[in-house]
Amino acid sequence: MTFVKALQAIVGEQHVLYSPADLAAYAYDATPLYRSLPDVVVFPASTEEVQAILTYATAHKIPVIPRGSATNLSGGTVALNGGIMLVLTRMNRILEIDAANLTATVQPGVNTALLAREVDSLGLFYPPDPGSQAVSTIGGNVAENAGGLRGLKYGVTRDYVMGLEAVLSSGEVLRTGGKNAKDVAGYDLTRLLVGSEGTLAVITEVTVKLLPKPQAKRACLAIFDALEPAARTVARIIENKVIPCTLEFMDRGTIQAVEEFARVGLPTDAEAVLFIEQDGPQSVVDADIELVSRICREEGARDVKLAETPEEGTKLAEARRFALSALARLRPTCILEDATVPRSRLAEMVRFIGEMAVKYNLRICTFGHAGDGNLHPTCLCDERDHEELERVEQAFAEIFDKALSLGGTITGEHGVGLAKQDYLAWKIGEEGVAVSSRLKAAFDPAGILNPGKMLPKATRKRLVVKQG
Amino acid sequence: MSGPALNLFEALRHDEMINCMRCGFCLTACPTYKLSGHEPKSPRGRIALARAAAEGLLSLEDIMAPLDQCIGCRACETACPAGVHYGEILEATRATIVQQKDQSWSERLIRKVGLRWIMGTPFGIRLGGWGLWLWQVSGLSWLARKTGLVKAVAGQALADMEAALPRVPGPVKRYMGGGPGHLFPAQGPRKARVGYFTGCVQEMVFWEENRDAIRLLQAAGCEVYIVPGQGCCGAVHSHTGEEQTAHEQARRNIAAFEHAEIDYVVNAAGGCGAALREYRLWLSRDPGWAERAERFSRNIRDVSEILLEFGPIPFGPRPGRVTFQDSCHMRNVQKLVSQPRQLLGMVPSLDFREIGNADSCCGAGGVYNLLQPETANLLGADKATRVKAIEATSLVVANPPCELHLRASLMRSGLDKEGVEVIHLVTLLRQSMDAAASATREKIDR
Repeated sequence: MTFVKALQAIVGEQHVLYSPADLAAYAYDATPLYRSLPDVVVFPASTEEVQAILTYATAHKIPVIPRGSATNLSGGTVALNGGIMLVLTRMNRILEIDAANLTATVQPGVNTALLAREVDSLGLFYPPDPGSQAVSTIGGNVAENAGGLRGLKYGVTRDYVMGLEAVLSSGEVLRTGGKNAKDVAGYDLTRLLVGSEGTLAVITEVTVKLLPKPQAKRACLAIFDALEPAARTVARIIENKVIPCTLEFMDRGTIQAVEEFARVGLPTDAEAVLFIEQDGPQSVVDADIELVSRICREEGARDVKLAETPEEGTKLAEARRFALSALARLRPTCILEDATVPRSRLAEMVRFIGEMAVKYNLRICTFGHAGDGNLHPTCLCDERDHEELERVEQAFAEIFDKALSLGGTITGEHGVGLAKQDYLAWKIGEEGVAVSSRLKAAFDPAGILNPGKMLPKATRKRLVVKQG
Repeated sequence: MSGPALNLFEALRHDEMINCMRCGFCLTACPTYKLSGHEPKSPRGRIALARAAAEGLLSLEDIMAPLDQCIGCRACETACPAGVHYGEILEATRATIVQQKDQSWSERLIRKVGLRWIMGTPFGIRLGGWGLWLWQVSGLSWLARKTGLVKAVAGQALADMEAALPRVPGPVKRYMGGGPGHLFPAQGPRKARVGYFTGCVQEMVFWEENRDAIRLLQAAGCEVYIVPGQGCCGAVHSHTGEEQTAHEQARRNIAAFEHAEIDYVVNAAGGCGAALREYRLWLSRDPGWAERAERFSRNIRDVSEILLEFGPIPFGPRPGRVTFQDSCHMRNVQKLVSQPRQLLGMVPSLDFREIGNADSCCGAGGVYNLLQPETANLLGADKATRVKAIEATSLVVANPPCELHLRASLMRSGLDKEGVEVIHLVTLLRQSMDAAASATREKIDR
């Protein structure tokens, strides 16, 4: 246990865990089916400690898996080949909120929702709102380039990261970007590190862009008897120069599950529901939402509910908010995917997912961010049923293939990690994989940072303890 | 570990564990995770550990410490999108560990005398009340405290708890005040007939609070019957892995109450109420009792629900700044959040402030504060700091273990010397009701 002693010397004895139970509690993230034990769990408190840990790990060729709250859905923080689980939640200070430059500088372990609340109290706005924001960390969001409900209007985490401090596997500290709105000095290393899933460097400080808080917010909910009018509505809203801050979709299966679970008053024979929300100056919000509801009606929505008060808006949002809870309760295992297509192909994609559910005899319900084409086909299954899991895998392979043929992608916001490795080449091509491998080698020549993730390595994949 | 070989898959409820999708939403709800930042001290981690044990990847010994460190507040269940019954997994795992573990003689003694004989029988509860009174009036308590005997024999945690005990009434007062079998008439027209559940610690230590609750119920138009033959609710047994004894309590209470011809079973202890409501789960696999338990659990009400349903009671001024600490099991299991706050809102001249984290456990956890004093006292100290920060003079509670633990916590921080009290919701409401009554009397006199 020399490595335990060495790590204890760096971070202090109480910040190193290595008992069998400790390791088992760091063997997973939020991705179904994957488990693999790290050899040790370490909680550094500073950039210097991260540097010392990486220097030691490189010298001894020990894998390092950077981790926040492990809420990712792609197996990104599973210790595939053992090694050091580097948990960054002790580095959880908001270092600065700069109202003049509209930036916040934080350590990676700061909780996403906490940052959003803090800046909100100053009349500012940090838009990225991934589903796990109550638990997730900014460092994790940056490493995974997390999305959320506001993608259509406000973009994703990538669009808010202005500067980073990161430690390379050599122990050297890299600083990228800064507080400048304009900055073309060299390659855009900031953007390269965003979404790099811990394979290039360990992020130790993040400077994010903030916006002024929108003055008002208003929501409406439209119910459709068929899929196509709902999809046409989405396209027409955008054509009419309205970019709602939220434009969410739920299919029939999701509607039924939500209604059964929460009784929010949705008709269970409806084929689609759109939840639309706009923010901004009150007069603009009112005009936009009224235009949106008119379009919904023109496209044949059975019913359009317009929130007259913020409370009514919260009530309308409930249906969408309960989607995951409602679905997760149907069966023991909930596989939440994120196939994404250009928004004009939404109806085709949803229809195809439905066909795959029938073909493979699976229960797949689809909801998601209609505005940006990011769908969440969610398969409800039982991980103890191997035969069923095989069908799930086949169905999703076809779904990803279809998404690509429609000009979409295999993952909109969950990342590649272990779950999508085998499909990455489909999207970025052999050339993309080759360039990515060379980038990885340039950043991490020792190959210790989150090894075996993202880049396709079928031979590695067998090592994973696959439960079920 | 020894003990009989058993099917760990079934004993640890593997079928419930796999409903956990490890999303981590429970982390920020968990007091021990928030304190430690360590995954084995989180609900997601504990389920993963219990699951690893069920699958033979870890031994029961490996997972004992992280499981013991759980307070069992069940705040995680309210945060869980998948509706995982964490409490069921926790208690099944604890029961299995207790069955399999080699116990020291002192632990065996405490479990047998304390849990089974004293708390586990109606007569034991009475005896406990008398014993406590004798301990206090004889001067033994004073002597033991002065000489540091309690601390020396039983440790700091129990000594703190002993010092935090209120003066308990003697046998004569208990008899005169109405014990088992006593019927308290409704004031005015009778709106309902309720059976009152007295509890064990509640009846031994906070006997007067039970009488405050009964007086409020009478004022709200309820005829209140202290159903004879009832005992402890069994929560303390269930939390400490004594599953069989817990189920014995459940069966005894169901049998006692089901022929009492009452509309509701009413209690004033958040933890007991939660256990009584869960008898339907405890006994769901018991063919002879499942249906009876279902019927019994449906009729459980907290005193605050009844007061809101059948009130309003005339409340008089009860000045002072007041805050409320939820009972976790009342909030997370019974799902009663607004009821106590609504009642406090009805009291004239009362200045109510939220404590800021009333949804987070105070650390009492039944007997958790005796078993894991370090964590429990940190959580208790946080509550004391918050009470001081909002300058409250009354910390209102709704469950006896919280009350004892918070009394001890305020004493440790010296707040008791500054006149800050811990008071049960029903006592505060009874004071307010008395204030209204004396105001009316004064008016008539004039």
